[in-house]
Amino acid sequence: MTAPQPSGPDTHGVAVDAYTAAQAAQDAAVGHETRTFKLWRGADGKGDFQDFTTETNDGMVVLDAIHQIQAEQCNDLAVRWNCKAGKCGSCSAEINGKPKLMCMTRLDELPANEPVTVEPMRAFPHVRDLVTDVSWNFRVKPRIQKFTPRPPDAPDGTWRIQQADVERVQEFRKCIECFLCQDVCHVLRDHHKHEEFIGPRFLVYAAALEMHPLDVAERTTALKDDFGIGYCNITKCCTKVCPEHITITDNAIIPLKERVVDEHFDPLRALVRLVRGPKRK
Amino acid sequence: MRRDAWWVPQIGAFVVLSSFLAYATWAAFQNAHYEFGSYLSPFYSPLITGDSPHAWFRTRPWFVPAISPALLILPFPAGFRFTCYYYRGTYYKAFWADPPGCAVGEPRNSYLGEKSFPLILQNVHRYFMYAAVLFLGILALDAYRGYWFAGPDGVKHFGIGVGSLVLTINVCLLSGYTLGCHSLRHLVGGYLDRLSGRPLRRKAYDCVSCLNRGHMNWAWFSLFWVAFSDIYVRMCSMGIWHDVRIL
Repeated sequence: MTAPQPSGPDTHGVAVDAYTAAQAAQDAAVGHETRTFKLWRGADGKGDFQDFTTETNDGMVVLDAIHQIQAEQCNDLAVRWNCKAGKCGSCSAEINGKPKLMCMTRLDELPANEPVTVEPMRAFPHVRDLVTDVSWNFRVKPRIQKFTPRPPDAPDGTWRIQQADVERVQEFRKCIECFLCQDVCHVLRDHHKHEEFIGPRFLVYAAALEMHPLDVAERTTALKDDFGIGYCNITKCCTKVCPEHITITDNAIIPLKERVVDEHFDPLRALVRLVRGPKRK
Repeated sequence: MRRDAWWVPQIGAFVVLSSFLAYATWAAFQNAHYEFGSYLSPFYSPLITGDSPHAWFRTRPWFVPAISPALLILPFPAGFRFTCYYYRGTYYKAFWADPPGCAVGEPRNSYLGEKSFPLILQNVHRYFMYAAVLFLGILALDAYRGYWFAGPDGVKHFGIGVGSLVLTINVCLLSGYTLGCHSLRHLVGGYLDRLSGRPLRRKAYDCVSCLNRGHMNWAWFSLFWVAFSDIYVRMCSMGIWHDVRIL
């Protein structure tokens, strides 16, 4: 579809009208639609759904609609967002009951004949409306043994590593810390084991360190005793919600579980260690 | 609250796994119709004792109890599947609603996970994997024998029957499932942080990882086909189905 071009100064008014008409036609063509949104309103865990109706069109994402509602109908609606590009991990919420990024969920992916429900994440303390307090995650991270490289390979204090060896952990570096995996994990969400279990996000973080070709620290004992890796029952919900498509369960959690089995549950491995001495990384 | 049909995969897994469990238990207790000519049902392989040409020993050694051979064999593949990382996630959801689905509320408050007894025993998985790899060799031998048919002169001749293909597909699917096991992936190289300079390990790790990416599909197809292989041999042995010779 091509919009008519202004034809010259004498017909300026006519051209603008034609342009406006073309714009209106284009807007109609992209599918304007009125949709209902049920947004969670309230503070400190108390609240209820409130209905809003707004105009939407093709290509809009949930965050666009939330901003439109905030601008036109509900100025005090609290919502956390930043990049609108699926890279900052700020706008995590539960859309139609599923943990998702609001900025990456297109409205045309959602059933058109039903209201769109948007709730705050359930695994973290509620602050207000769609905003939760995710600071627990920031307190977990420092508990994990930091990157501990082996002594430098060269006299100038640098290391030599092969690309093939770092490829495995590069997948984990894609994490944007949206905490959707933490939110969907039933150990945190339903059983509230925040004191005993660090959750999928930090198991990925631990895997990135533990499998790094330069790292020599031992984390399996902490994973078993302090970080509760045994609580994970491999339902793969974390993998399903990850917006960066990190294969959290198969590539991070299960390999870590296997390393914990090596160190703590496998009698044959214990025998090998007894004969050969402790494993050198 | 999720409004989509999140419960469909769980119901499907519940029905398929329950059906398989019921059929395998029934078949294991039958102690009959598990062989037909050169075909041996995978539920009864290896056949340790008996008069059958498939049996390893004619007389029963003192340490082998006088029960259906399948009851001696099935605990190993059953243990392998029961402790499999993929099946664990599936049956925790389908049978114990722990959780019933992703982002769906749970029916109980207490939770021990695999951190405490009894589920801490799931860590034995790698030992069942060792047994499963051994079983692959035995089933491959059975599939090979399925191509050799006794002629009227009593001499075995090469041939291809539908049953030969059924048993071959069975061992292929089981290989795809077993060789894509997460524990095997760890064993062949996953436990190392550096695989460069170890080309064989690297290749093995890449191959197992490749199969591992389709572990779910291998798990379901191999489960279905191993049951079908038993049904095929059983039906032929009972005279209900006729084994068609292709060659």
